[in-house]
Amino acid sequence: MDLSAINPILLLASLMVAATPILLAAVGELVVERAGVLNLGVEGMMIVGAISGFIVAVNTGSPWLGFIAAAVGGALLSLLFGILTQYFLSNQVASGLALTLFGLGLSALMGQNYQGIKAPAFPDWHIPVLGDIPVIGPIVFQHDPMVYVGLLIVLGVWAFLKYSRAGLVLRAVGENHDAAHALGYHVIRVRLLAIMFGGACAGLGGAYLSLVRVPQWTEGMTAGAGWIALAIVVFASWKPGRLLLGAYLFGGVTVLQLNLQAAGLAIPVEYLSMSPYIATIVVLVIMSSGRAPGSLGRIFHAAR
Amino acid sequence: MKRRTLLSTAALATTLAVTGLTAYADGHEPTKVGFVYVGPVGDGGWTYEHNQGRLAVEEAFGDKVETVFVENVPEGPDAARVMTQMALDGADLIFTTSFGYMDQTLEVASKFPDVKFEHATGFKRSDNVSTYSARFYEGRAVQGHIAGQITESNVIGYIASFPIPEVIRGINAAYLHAQAVNPDVEFKIVWAYTWFDPAKEAEAANVLIEQGADVVLQHTDSTAPQAAAQAAGNVYTFGQASDMSEYAPMPRVSSIIDDWAPYYVARTQAVMDGTWTSMDTWDGIGAGMVGIGEITDAVPAEVKASAEALRDALADGSVHAFTGPVNKQDGSAWLADGETADDGTLAGMNFYVEGIVGDIPQ
Amino acid sequence: MMVLEKRPQPSQRWVFAAPLLAVVLTMMVGGALFAALGKNPFEVIRTIFYDPLFSQNAWFYRPEILIKGGPLVLLAIGLSFGFRAGIWNIGAEGQYIIGAICGAAVGLALYPAETRLIFPLMVLAGALGGWAWAMIPAILRVRFGTNEILVSLMLVYVAEQLLASMALGALRNPEGMGFPGSRNLSQWPAAANKELIAGSGMHWGVVAAFIAVIFAYIVLSRHQFGFQVRLSGQAPRAARFAGVNPGRMILICMGISGALAGLAGLFEVAGPSGQISIDFNVGYGFTAIIVAFLGRLHPVGILLAGGLMALTYVGGGIAQGQLGLPAAAIQLLQGMLLFFLLAVDVLTNYRFRFGKGEVA
Repeated sequence: MDLSAINPILLLASLMVAATPILLAAVGELVVERAGVLNLGVEGMMIVGAISGFIVAVNTGSPWLGFIAAAVGGALLSLLFGILTQYFLSNQVASGLALTLFGLGLSALMGQNYQGIKAPAFPDWHIPVLGDIPVIGPIVFQHDPMVYVGLLIVLGVWAFLKYSRAGLVLRAVGENHDAAHALGYHVIRVRLLAIMFGGACAGLGGAYLSLVRVPQWTEGMTAGAGWIALAIVVFASWKPGRLLLGAYLFGGVTVLQLNLQAAGLAIPVEYLSMSPYIATIVVLVIMSSGRAPGSLGRIFHAAR
Repeated sequence: MKRRTLLSTAALATTLAVTGLTAYADGHEPTKVGFVYVGPVGDGGWTYEHNQGRLAVEEAFGDKVETVFVENVPEGPDAARVMTQMALDGADLIFTTSFGYMDQTLEVASKFPDVKFEHATGFKRSDNVSTYSARFYEGRAVQGHIAGQITESNVIGYIASFPIPEVIRGINAAYLHAQAVNPDVEFKIVWAYTWFDPAKEAEAANVLIEQGADVVLQHTDSTAPQAAAQAAGNVYTFGQASDMSEYAPMPRVSSIIDDWAPYYVARTQAVMDGTWTSMDTWDGIGAGMVGIGEITDAVPAEVKASAEALRDALADGSVHAFTGPVNKQDGSAWLADGETADDGTLAGMNFYVEGIVGDIPQ
Repeated sequence: MMVLEKRPQPSQRWVFAAPLLAVVLTMMVGGALFAALGKNPFEVIRTIFYDPLFSQNAWFYRPEILIKGGPLVLLAIGLSFGFRAGIWNIGAEGQYIIGAICGAAVGLALYPAETRLIFPLMVLAGALGGWAWAMIPAILRVRFGTNEILVSLMLVYVAEQLLASMALGALRNPEGMGFPGSRNLSQWPAAANKELIAGSGMHWGVVAAFIAVIFAYIVLSRHQFGFQVRLSGQAPRAARFAGVNPGRMILICMGISGALAGLAGLFEVAGPSGQISIDFNVGYGFTAIIVAFLGRLHPVGILLAGGLMALTYVGGGIAQGQLGLPAAAIQLLQGMLLFFLLAVDVLTNYRFRFGKGEVA
């Protein structure tokens, strides 16, 4: 065993990259859940985003256009869920699960002719000055741009929910949709927008896998990342700041256990892998502020 | 044949016999070959290569053969259903391409004595069930041979999937041959507990590279480690399952390719000729079941030449990948000088050879 | 403009017409999809929906529908109690896994004994295992007010890791040449969950599913507990006034669904599946949630919905094998079917009104 082989700087740097796809998907789902909607279809939206982004990036040669297409693709798919749950008043849990099934099938059909192709390169940014700072530079300032886009979205969501009027409306809708409706807010419109934002973010997260992380298209390539994103939202008790912590914790446990293994430490992999989920449950129990939005998962119909 | 028959369960045995007979009797119809896949044909790895084998069968026999396949079949009752369905639809030969299909293959085969079954990577056979697998460890030996010489840090990373004999065999073969050309070489092994999870594989590759590995071998199927190595620069990798040539000439310097085509064509031919018998096939480079992808020019010419020599020696049988003297990890003797490993030990291999650090997870 | 208006009573007509409408819509849109993929849509639809039931080989496919549908129905019935009472257990997949692990572990601990007691013991252990796993979110909810949707979901991942650990470690078959996976229970008579009538597909799990349907029907429509369940879901405060203890209700409903999920897992591992392996679970626990809603949380509806889902699995397999359809197209069709079935349900409880709504 040689723990000195683990370089903490590189470990933290790779953590930032590893956490990005789940962070992107999770921040979208956080907004959806704060609006009182539980969309379990994150995995389906991610993978549709992954293939949409890949197709456009390969055909145009531009990863940026790919990411835009991924966001659009994810949002369009989420709209299916939105219409179903908001207009047809379907159960959200069942609709979300159906969305995952649908998305996995759709992405596989869309991607039939895109196997074995490499995505166009998406180089890292070496941010001048900041990137040269010792220790912090390599950890924080030498990544690809989407890492920062992800962080910016988290920051934006935090500011939006905390300071903007629209954010207040969104939270009101999530806490008590009947009261929000009585105050004259458009519950359904707010929720549809939130759902589409969630879809777009999930799409970005999926495209980060297909365009940066892997970068290639293969069926089922999200391999459960969407479900982890759902867990992180809960772990974060619906707070954007803690979302970062959650994404790094979940990503971190994987990176850490691989590091320990490579250093020659015999560890029970399965038990370490389940630990973040158990931690999430513990967090749910002990954090009194970890209360879910009041209307989470409940169907809204304007009584007249 | 579209006569609708309402059969009671008691008549089941008779029907099966009849079905079997019709499948056997009408020799003029094309020979029907079924394939049961555990993943999607677009996985770019394990199932993709089996499907390439299926296409090769179609190519080889044209109109004389009809192939069918069902993908994404979970191990368990679904697999049994799909196999039975193929047999009922008149398949003469069915390839079941996942280890987890083992018990279901035997069970279904016992109900259709006239249909031939071929189970990949298993160890249970019967009169109409053959097993086949590839000696991928021969390819690993070639990889180890190259890796040991091109590494500068003397640290070779290995992304392992599950702690099963197949994977352990590969690690041992690669290590022995790396160590033979470079006594200072060290293996860092991580167990990903997955065959396919791009995100996790990328992380595993990054971890190994960060800990000093400049060659990364993988026993998982995605190209994510290749991409990670490319991003890191100056790291060599080898393709797994598929050629992964889109990452050549660097980081991918060679690959192990699962090439099932020759076997599938031969077995289909055997059914057509009526010469099919149940057997256990474990073929390597020699029979063409294990392909060594082109060794790129990123490898020094003399290394490339010696690697190709090793490949050819493994192919013609003059060299065995496991040739003594070899000790087990705990120092106890395994193979005496010049002794080669027997297939039984290899098939159930559950120990590291001497020199590998770390424990196989239990 | 068009507005939705809640019906005073659910429409009896639409309860039956809506699912039919959904199936017809799915066939139409799905048919267009298959045509776009270059297949004959009529042939595909017939292969998926008709052939498993009435083709020449239907004698084989019909039992397969039972095998596939049995666990779905058993799981969905259990879930329906909680869903009716407003208690959201979405971790049935985990309870299913733990039931299988516990049941199999009890059996394997006694290997290779030959006594009739082994199978009943395994059934008991399976039900207890599933029940205990469901009690975690239930107790946390009652004691700390923790959201049971999320806790039960988290526990699915924990259960999956536990399954991998068992398949590779404690329960690994010592004679399995080092491969992961336990001994095959279905090949050991004392522990096997065999077909009760050969070739019928009826194993104990299917029998249990039918019993559960009848039991649920009687309890929900005839028994006081059924009334309390419905009241808790529709009017929680009224339920409290009527003397329903909400904590007790949560424990009972979660307990029922957990125990039935555990049973389903045990019957599967001892029968059709045969062994604990890393990929033992194939998503029945999640599919059952959809089945429960498709069946409108009614026992008979769940029975039909489970049958329909199983039909698309079996028929989808045939379509792949015979017509060369990709698995993804089948998945897409299932997704569509679910969407339509969920969407048309609105017609049962609401009606469309044309005219200007008061609130847009």
